[in-house]
Amino acid sequence: MENKILYSITGIFSKPDDIIKAVEKIAELGYKKYDVNTPYPIHGMDSAMKLKPSLLGYFALVFGLTGAITALIFMWWSGTLDYPLVIGGKPTFILPAFIPVAFELTVLVATIGTVLTMLFLFFKLPNNAHPLHDTDYMKKVSNDKFGISVEAKDPKFNEQEVVNLLNELAAEEVNPIHYNNDEIRYKPKIFDLKFIIFLVVAAIATSGASYFTFNKLMFMIPFNWMAEQDKSLAQYKSTFFKDGFAMRQPVEGTVARGFMPYQYHEKPEDAEKSLMNPISITNDNLEKGRAKFNTFCSPCHGYFGKGDSRLNGQFPNPPSLHSDKALNWQDGRLYHVITDGQNSMPPYSKQLSIEERWRVVSYIRTLQRAMKAKEEDLK
Amino acid sequence: MSVDYTYELPVIEGKPTFANINDSISSPMEKMPDKKYYIALSITLTMLMIGLVSIGYTFYKGIGAWGNNIPVAWAFDITNFVFWVGIGHAGTLISAILFLFRQKWRTGIARFSEGMTIFAVMTAGLFPLIHVGRPWLAGYLFPYPNEHHVWINFASPLVWDVFAVSTYFTVSFIFWYVGLIPDFAALRDRTRNKVKKIIYSITSLGWRFSNYHWKHYEIMYLVLAGFATPLVLSVHTIVSFDFAVSILPGWHTTIFPPYFVAGAVFSGFAMVQNVLIFIRKIFNYEHIITLNTLEKMNKIMLATGSMVGYAYATEFFMAWYSGNGLEQFTFINRAFGPYAWAYWTMVSCNVIFPQLFWFKKFRRAIPIMFAIGIFVNVGMWFERFVIIVTSLSRDFLPSSWGHYTPTMIDFGILIGSFGLFFTLLLLFTKTLPVVSIAEVKSVLEGAHPSHHGGEK
Repeated sequence: MENKILYSITGIFSKPDDIIKAVEKIAELGYKKYDVNTPYPIHGMDSAMKLKPSLLGYFALVFGLTGAITALIFMWWSGTLDYPLVIGGKPTFILPAFIPVAFELTVLVATIGTVLTMLFLFFKLPNNAHPLHDTDYMKKVSNDKFGISVEAKDPKFNEQEVVNLLNELAAEEVNPIHYNNDEIRYKPKIFDLKFIIFLVVAAIATSGASYFTFNKLMFMIPFNWMAEQDKSLAQYKSTFFKDGFAMRQPVEGTVARGFMPYQYHEKPEDAEKSLMNPISITNDNLEKGRAKFNTFCSPCHGYFGKGDSRLNGQFPNPPSLHSDKALNWQDGRLYHVITDGQNSMPPYSKQLSIEERWRVVSYIRTLQRAMKAKEEDLK
Repeated sequence: MSVDYTYELPVIEGKPTFANINDSISSPMEKMPDKKYYIALSITLTMLMIGLVSIGYTFYKGIGAWGNNIPVAWAFDITNFVFWVGIGHAGTLISAILFLFRQKWRTGIARFSEGMTIFAVMTAGLFPLIHVGRPWLAGYLFPYPNEHHVWINFASPLVWDVFAVSTYFTVSFIFWYVGLIPDFAALRDRTRNKVKKIIYSITSLGWRFSNYHWKHYEIMYLVLAGFATPLVLSVHTIVSFDFAVSILPGWHTTIFPPYFVAGAVFSGFAMVQNVLIFIRKIFNYEHIITLNTLEKMNKIMLATGSMVGYAYATEFFMAWYSGNGLEQFTFINRAFGPYAWAYWTMVSCNVIFPQLFWFKKFRRAIPIMFAIGIFVNVGMWFERFVIIVTSLSRDFLPSSWGHYTPTMIDFGILIGSFGLFFTLLLLFTKTLPVVSIAEVKSVLEGAHPSHHGGEK
């Protein structure tokens, strides 16, 4: 059997009174590195061991304030600076309405922070390699006994003295505790085969799960954003209607609201003779006419009606609106072309209302006048 | 019966030793479950299955599978949510508020009721998720940097709710876990099973009962209790804001926060009391969870039940006193309208039956307190139903009134929520110590030094 390194000498007591007396004596003698292990916190033990009060409360305070301030700053920053969004006409920073969230985050951050600080910073847990673990001593103090463990690292430590002292204090049992040699020699290996296999399996599992979730699962019912619904779509076959059409025809003889039959269909000369422009030449009307012209006419005829759009050369060239033919036409003829179409030009009666067509006509007249401006127009 | 008030009654009866406590609390985890346990588990799992099928059907078909429809857009789902969050409140009250008040009798029931808190909040959390219809999109409720660059509206009560309930769950869980660490360590040193030993070693984090640790641990417990106390009050307050911040008659009242908190504690205590009656019998914990403890719980139920009754009266008074016709109509409609049956169920269960607890005989009679506990839970469920459904079904314009009738799926999900809660509870009784070992040891007679100058 190889030599074991001594960790501590332990004494077991079974009455709270005895352990308190023993601890007071050991503290009095000036031992520094010793521990008391009890199945529950015993009143008066802290003062017997001459321990200072715990500082954990201050950590809780700092964490709580951090939570509160972070929450308030974040709510102010997100709503006021980053993306101001006015909801219900309220200001973007509303302190009373932000208090619930700020309070919750105070509690959350304080709780998590305090517990993690205590467990990992103060206690340095998890620590299953401590020499006290898996000893009879630990089994007793976790059940119904109270124990003192005087460490060999204590400057005053002398094995025989401590054993005698504990016996003097009427300890029920006095036992030495040694380090476990296997635990001391154990060195974690990063390139262990098992560890590498674990990493590979973890990588495949997470990437596979992510691939499945984002590329397959999100396209399945019911996760697919309601892409498939029990309704008829236009252009699709309907199983509901006898004729198989999902799109329905209006009832025969239905007239749309505001519909006026156009009586000069394919009769340009009659239109030119009979139709008069009802629109008065005002800035407002011309402005509106220009907007419609730029939307519907300029893609072919160009912004100034010269036929110089980007379709020039790729198509039957769009005609200029400044030709003699167009200049000599009456308003009614221009209106007719917009309404009925001509050659390659489709009718625009669906896109433009009657009033809008007349405004476009007025605007074309303005363009024509502007292109052939007379001396007195400058005045 | 004369009572001697000159000394404190022992919290734990029968003078057990520390080792007895260790043995009796660990024994349910060391024995194989018996037939009765499997029968109970099969019942709760069946209920859970009914719920899962109903929820699956809801996901497939959409919320149309429920009875909800405009104007009653909130019904069983939100009723169940508020009900289950309320059940959770008793656990935090016992573990945090009674701890701050130094009520030693709480030690026997604290762990179990904390567990119930966690399971109740888990059950409750299910309902807002399934209520949104597309629960996998619930992540939008949290402020995260997204491609739209838009943040959530922090002034919305529904967002407060998300923060309150998730914080409540996290804090309750941490509170519960740090309480379990010393017990895991005690179990680690008891067990002879290798697998269990590994599990307990991991979960106990290598706790070694050092007094250096106990010193901080006690402060931490105090700090956490200090945080959990306002937290538990804030959670149901914020849940009540979901209603109170709206402008609906019957919801738009400032009495809601205290009234909801009192109601939550009321129903939570009823649930804890009901379950503990079984636990103490089945596991032979009658000396740890004593009749005195149950009596004290019944007193709290009497107090909170009377507060709830007072709130009902105040609501009626305020409706009349406000002079607001809509408000007055809402309350008359509650008591005499189409949902009058629900209203009177609520009043009789919550206000009338708990008044029996004024008599000591009833406070200490187990069958009677059990029956009253059941009534209280039925009544409190109906309270939420009455508040939500009656206010929504008849609000302002009579032309937009509606009537709500639950569907089979609604009932299926309600049954499923009880199935989930009791399944978790049954698993808890066999896997974790349902009573805190370390805390109960510290309240035994003779657990602390008898003569320590000035310390005691």
